Amino acid sequence: MSRSRSNEPPAPLGIGVLGALAVVFLTLPLVGLASRAPWSDIPTLLTDPAVRTTLRLSLTASLAALLLSTVLGVPLAWLLARTRFPGWRLVRALAVLPMVLPPVVGGVALLLAFGRRGLFGQILFEATGWSLPFTTLGVIVAETFVAMPFLVVTVESGLRSLDRRYEEAAATLGASRWTILRTVTLPLIAPSLAAGMALCWARALGEFGATISFAGNLPGRTQTMPLAVYLQLESNPPAAYLLSFVLLVVSIGVLVGMRDRYLGQP
Amino acid sequence: MGSLRRAVVVGALAVALTACGASADVTDRAGAPSGGDIAGDVLVFAAASLTDAFTEIGEIVERQHPQVTVTFNFAGSQQLATQIIEGARADVFASADQAQMATVVDAGAVAGIPVVFARNQLAIAVEAGNPASVSSLRDLQRDDVTVVLAAEQVPAGRYTREALDRAGVTLAPVSLETDVRAVLTKVALGEVDTGIVYTSDLAAAGDRVDGVAIPDEHNVTATYPIATLATAENPAGAQTFIDAVRSDSGRTVLKRAGFGAP
Repeated sequence: MSRSRSNEPPAPLGIGVLGALAVVFLTLPLVGLASRAPWSDIPTLLTDPAVRTTLRLSLTASLAALLLSTVLGVPLAWLLARTRFPGWRLVRALAVLPMVLPPVVGGVALLLAFGRRGLFGQILFEATGWSLPFTTLGVIVAETFVAMPFLVVTVESGLRSLDRRYEEAAATLGASRWTILRTVTLPLIAPSLAAGMALCWARALGEFGATISFAGNLPGRTQTMPLAVYLQLESNPPAAYLLSFVLLVVSIGVLVGMRDRYLGQP
Repeated sequence: MGSLRRAVVVGALAVALTACGASADVTDRAGAPSGGDIAGDVLVFAAASLTDAFTEIGEIVERQHPQVTVTFNFAGSQQLATQIIEGARADVFASADQAQMATVVDAGAVAGIPVVFARNQLAIAVEAGNPASVSSLRDLQRDDVTVVLAAEQVPAGRYTREALDRAGVTLAPVSLETDVRAVLTKVALGEVDTGIVYTSDLAAAGDRVDGVAIPDEHNVTATYPIATLATAENPAGAQTFIDAVRSDSGRTVLKRAGFGAP
C-alpha cells in the first residue's frame, strides 16, 4: 500500500476547498457532542445498573447479529461473487436493499412478515403461541436484517478483487474445494472479511429504526443503546449526550481497529 | 436559504397588500388582527397526538389566507421542547402537557402567555371487536393479555402511570413505546392485545381499533397549551393560527378528533 507522495501533483484548488468543507461538516457534530457531554458524570453513568443493562443488551444483540450475518452473509457473498444463476441480479438487489431502505420501513416489513399477525409469524404463533416481536431475538433479527448487507457487499468485492491464480494453483496441487476455501480463499480475503464484519457490527450496534418498530422498547429485553439515547433525550439530555458519546467512542474504536482500510496510510 | 425565504415572504407580502381590499372579509372571519392580511410561512411545532386535527386546521387557515403556508413538525412534546430550547426556529408550539410548555417558558422561548385549547383523556385501545374481552384496567393484568404502554419519558406515559396508580394496577408491558402513536400502531397491527392511548388516538385509528373507557376516578386529563414563540419570524401568522385553533371551526375539528373543550 505504500505509494510515493512526492510524485503526486497537488490537488486542484476547488477540490481542496470542497474536501476541507466536507471534513468540517463531518467533524462539527462530533465536536458539538463532545463539548456538551458531562464528562464528570461518566463514572456514575457507567456504573448505573440501568445503563449497564442496556449496554450489555446492546453488545450481546449486536454480536449475535454479527455472528448470524457472518454465517449467512459470507456464503451469500461467495455465491454472488463466484456464480451466475437465474435471478442473480434480483438476488443481488435484494441483498443490498436493506442498505437503502429506511430502517423504520424495514422494521414494519419485518412485523408484516414475522409479527404474530404476519405472513409467516402467524403460522408460528398459532403453532407455538410465541412470536418474535418484543423479544431479544427480535432485536437480533432486526439488527441482522439491517446490518448483514454491509458484510455481504464488502466480502463480495473482496472476493472479486482476489487473484484467482492462487486458488487455481492450489487446485492443480490436488487440494479439495473445501481445503482451498479454508486455506487459500478465506485467508486471502481476511482484510475484506474483517472490514465487512466491523461495518456490520457497527451498523447493528447503532441500529434504531427497525429495532423500535419491530422489537419495541423494554429495558433489559429489547432496549438497546440508541433507543435509550432517544428516550433520555426527552427527559435527561446530558445523559443522552453521554450515552451518545459512548456509542461514538465504540464506533471510533472500530474505525481505528480497521485502520488499514478506513484510516489507511496514504 | 435565508435570502430566498425573505424574497418569497416579500413577494407574498406584495401580493397580500394588493389583494388587501378583496380579502378583507376573509380576514375578519378568521379573527386576524386588522391592518392587512397576513402572509408567509407559519412553522408549528405540535404534539404527535395533534397530527390529524392540526393538519386539518392548517388547511382551513391556508384556505382563509391564501398567502399563508402552514408547516408542521409533529413529534413528542418533550422532543419538541428540547428542539426549541436548543434553538430550533418555530412560530408556534402546541404541547400535550403543561410541563413541557413550562420548560419552554422557563427557557424564555415563549412570547406572551400560553393558552389551553384542548383537553384529552386516556382510554384502553383494543383490537377491533375486543377479542380479548377487556373491560377495565384491571383486565390488563391478566396473563393472557399483552399490553404496550408509552414510555414514562413522554407525557402519555406519565399520564398512564398516574392512571394506573389511581386504579391500583401494576402492569408488565411488553414494550414502552417512544410515542403514543406507536402504541396505537402496535395494537392496530394486532401485535399486542391492548395499549393505553389518548381518546383522540382512538378517533384517528378508525375501525381497526376499538376503545374501552377508563372511568373518571382513575382517568387523567391532559391539558394542551399553545403559544407563540419568542423566536417567531412570523408572529402575526402564528397568532392567526392560534386564533384558528381556538375558533369555532377549530373546536369542531378538535372535537371530531376526540379532544375535549378547554
